[in-house]
Amino acid sequence: MKKVIGQKEIDVNEEGYLVDFKQWDREVCECIAGECNIVMTEKHWEVIEYIHDKHENQEPLSIRGIKKSGVINIKEFYQLFPGGPLKKATLIAGIPKPKSCI
Amino acid sequence: MSESKVKKMLFILSKGTIENAYAAFVMANGARMEGIESEIFFTFFGLEAIQKKKLEHLRVATVGNPAMHMPTMLGGLPGVEALATKMMKKEMEKLDMPPIGEFLEILSDSGCKLWGCKLAIDMFHLKEEDLIDELDGILTIGDFYNRADQDGTHLLFI
Repeated sequence: MKKVIGQKEIDVNEEGYLVDFKQWDREVCECIAGECNIVMTEKHWEVIEYIHDKHENQEPLSIRGIKKSGVINIKEFYQLFPGGPLKKATLIAGIPKPKSCI
Repeated sequence: MSESKVKKMLFILSKGTIENAYAAFVMANGARMEGIESEIFFTFFGLEAIQKKKLEHLRVATVGNPAMHMPTMLGGLPGVEALATKMMKKEMEKLDMPPIGEFLEILSDSGCKLWGCKLAIDMFHLKEEDLIDELDGILTIGDFYNRADQDGTHLLFI
């Protein structure tokens, strides 16, 4: 389905996740974050960058991975993306929702 | 994105086998990952999972467990339980499941509250220093029920 995010029409799935990463940019990112009541800070961008790296290398994301990432610890991760951090962070990063149970 | 009607999950872990501990941990962590509050109350043999000296030595039950597809007589032989546990841990490592100690750290950092049962701790003559540093406190079952302080709270006995 189509959704207007910022000024652009973007393809998303029924949960609002971007279908095509090529449509993602910083403006789209900030708009989605805003919908989640998140104001992007320097630290948020660092995490998004880490998530993009992982996605590019096709490495699955997990909370254990966050612990080992060296970018952020789990406590901060929960503070930056309240209400389900991996779910929110991937939504904002424009990549699919992680399928792992851990 | 649809919001879950489950707002808080309270788990009671009463068993000391590795599969039961992981069941509680995966569900408690899964709740936090969905933005749902979670807490675990460790009682009776579940206390093995929060004792510093014992938590990395939890085992899978090979006797009295039909799903192991192993004759009971065989499951009781020396070393069988240890071998089955080793194999299970290997499979879990492949799925990037953290060991018990690391999992408790992750849960604590994720905001999952960890509680010890007062009655069972007294019964097993455990001292505070025997238990993990991440423990949030020691409660009676009544105190734990009072943690169910909002609509959408669910309580699960494992």
